[in-house]
Amino acid sequence: MTITPVIKREYIQNLAKNGKREDGRKFDEYRDIQIETNVISKAEGSAKVKIGNTQVITGIKIDVGEPYPDSPNQGVMTTAAELIPMASPDFESGPPREDAIELARVVDRGIRESEIIDVEKLCIEEGEKVWIIFIDIHILDYDGNLFDAASLASLAALMTTKVPAERFEFGKDYPLPLKEPPVSCTSVKFNDTIVIDPSLDEEEIAEARLTVATDDKGDIRAMQKGLNGSFTVDEIKKVIKSSVDNGKKIREQLYKSVGK
Amino acid sequence: MKSDIKLLENGKRLDGRKLDEIRPIKIDVGVLHRAEGSCYLEWGGNKVLAAVYGPREAVPRHTQNPLRAIVNARYNMAAFSVDDRKRPGPDRRSREISKVISEALEKIIILEKYPRAAIDVNIEILDAEAGTRCAGLTAAAVALVDAGIPMKDIPVACAAGKIEGQVVLDLGKEEDNFGQADLPIAISPRTGEILLLQMDGHLTQDEFDQALNLAIKGCNIVSELQKKAIMNKYQKKEGN
Amino acid sequence: MNKETREIVIPSQLLGNIKENKAGSGTYIENGKIFSEVLGVLNKNSNYINVVPLKGIYEPFEKDFIIGTVIEAMSSAWLVDINAAYPALLHVNEVPWDVEFGETEKYLNTGDSVMAKVLSVDQEKKLQVTLKDRNLYKIKNGIIIDVQPSKVPRIIGKKGSMISLLKKYTKCRILVGQNGRIWIDGEYKGIKRVIEIIKLIEKESLTYGLTNKIEDLLKKESKDVH
Repeated sequence: MTITPVIKREYIQNLAKNGKREDGRKFDEYRDIQIETNVISKAEGSAKVKIGNTQVITGIKIDVGEPYPDSPNQGVMTTAAELIPMASPDFESGPPREDAIELARVVDRGIRESEIIDVEKLCIEEGEKVWIIFIDIHILDYDGNLFDAASLASLAALMTTKVPAERFEFGKDYPLPLKEPPVSCTSVKFNDTIVIDPSLDEEEIAEARLTVATDDKGDIRAMQKGLNGSFTVDEIKKVIKSSVDNGKKIREQLYKSVGK
Repeated sequence: MKSDIKLLENGKRLDGRKLDEIRPIKIDVGVLHRAEGSCYLEWGGNKVLAAVYGPREAVPRHTQNPLRAIVNARYNMAAFSVDDRKRPGPDRRSREISKVISEALEKIIILEKYPRAAIDVNIEILDAEAGTRCAGLTAAAVALVDAGIPMKDIPVACAAGKIEGQVVLDLGKEEDNFGQADLPIAISPRTGEILLLQMDGHLTQDEFDQALNLAIKGCNIVSELQKKAIMNKYQKKEGN
Repeated sequence: MNKETREIVIPSQLLGNIKENKAGSGTYIENGKIFSEVLGVLNKNSNYINVVPLKGIYEPFEKDFIIGTVIEAMSSAWLVDINAAYPALLHVNEVPWDVEFGETEKYLNTGDSVMAKVLSVDQEKKLQVTLKDRNLYKIKNGIIIDVQPSKVPRIIGKKGSMISLLKKYTKCRILVGQNGRIWIDGEYKGIKRVIEIIKLIEKESLTYGLTNKIEDLLKKESKDVH
């Protein structure tokens, strides 16, 4: 286990008291974001996202299968995340740890609950055949803020996915029908400081974490608080504002990268 | 597997390659921030990422060898790397490949320098197109050099096979699926020692000799590419 | 820097033979021939051949000054991470305090940083460190950054020339551990400058005339500030 030295924790906290972050960013500023799509030829959709040094690849695979009995005319969507050992000296191989599970479920909810994938359009034969969308998130390099990197990679991948209708002889391939995607922004709190897009060091000393997904109208579509610290109502409002502002910028970059 | 694909036509293969030609290869060194050594490699349609951690104390303790380091190579295919999505997690095939790669690397890494330690090698196949274990080991070797792990040589792997009665180098996807034999090997280029060897299919002893020679030839070609990539990274930094 | 060959070599590269040369670190011998075992810079002076790796973990030697982080406080010792392949043991007999059995946490706990010295390295590479020396202690302020251990000599410079330059122009206190850990204390701007320059030295460690280049950079910065 990598131990965070106490003096590093104190250094970051002291810097924060003077309005500074270790890497010189403002409290509400993101690191450099890079989005690359269509990186995996075998996948029906794929994207690689870098936020600072954090790197994530999401691959979308589509298959034909049976719908769930309680939703016979809806397609199926499932999200999995792998924190592979190469991403950090602290990750070991084995069954998914709870952070991997939480990560997958948060990204999944962000996509599912915001209904960007119109699952009713994914029905081929009611009760018999529907499209199954597999979203697989592969964390390659962990340097803080996996939530946003994973979510962004998944969105970019979905937005460039082609439904492989030809392979199953259901007509021609077509782009996956999607609605406007919400963008997720994650902030952490340590002492009384709140910063967005935490670096690895900032995450290691964080007491509480808040992820907010917002849409193009500035409405809130998903939220998740993590870790065992707390937020005041005021702090939550500040985080929402910062998430809406940054979400807007990130959305522009996302659209540009998928060619919208 | 039967098919009506013709793998050979006028001495040329499906993708236009000659019988003794390898697919295009691209190698990038030191691509990850956290890992101590890393390599991204493209070989034909294969996209592979290899990363190294260590040497570090081996855990759990009972795996420690008091005389030398152990090598844990883990070969894994991403769910989205193949035509039909693969369930995440190691399957028996991945575990076998992990084992033969670990063993190949153990011969070449100078293990006695680090008793009780482990050298962890992670190989992720992000996009698969025949010959992933060769691409994986080749990338792992570069990642080990990048990490500064002491080694006797830089191991390299390549496969030869037989399609429609003809021995060829570096099988492509259809050739692997519909061909008659597959022989992946890994060597220590300096001495020519064979570190990894597997074969399935049907070869006469004569064909085996041909295939082995061809695979060794392929290994040597790829070895030059590994070395070039490693030197390219540091060439610009060298003083003049 | 004298004109040594700044050649970069790779594992398996033939460097010489034992009849004419002595094989140093970073090499191995087979059938009387000397080969490189790492990617590194070749040092071939007089008849000694050794290779300095470009990257790699810290190899501890007795008497090395190092900066460590406490992993765990046990009943009569602490386990310390010193950036080597193994954690090191710091025994209660090797600290300047009178520590009762089971009271180790009162003095050093997980996450505390220490200036220490390597006491011993045995055959199984079991490591022991000590705090028993006037200039060794528990670190209370400043920050610690990590660099490649192989770059430490370059960062210190010939007879400390590089590190003196840094201290002079940034007005920071700087201590360099052989294990690739550097302690810095001073004003925020000064610390930032030190980190930038050290990262630059790491990147351009193979360039000739680096000390002069760094001195020019530092001089320019001070002029801009005033």
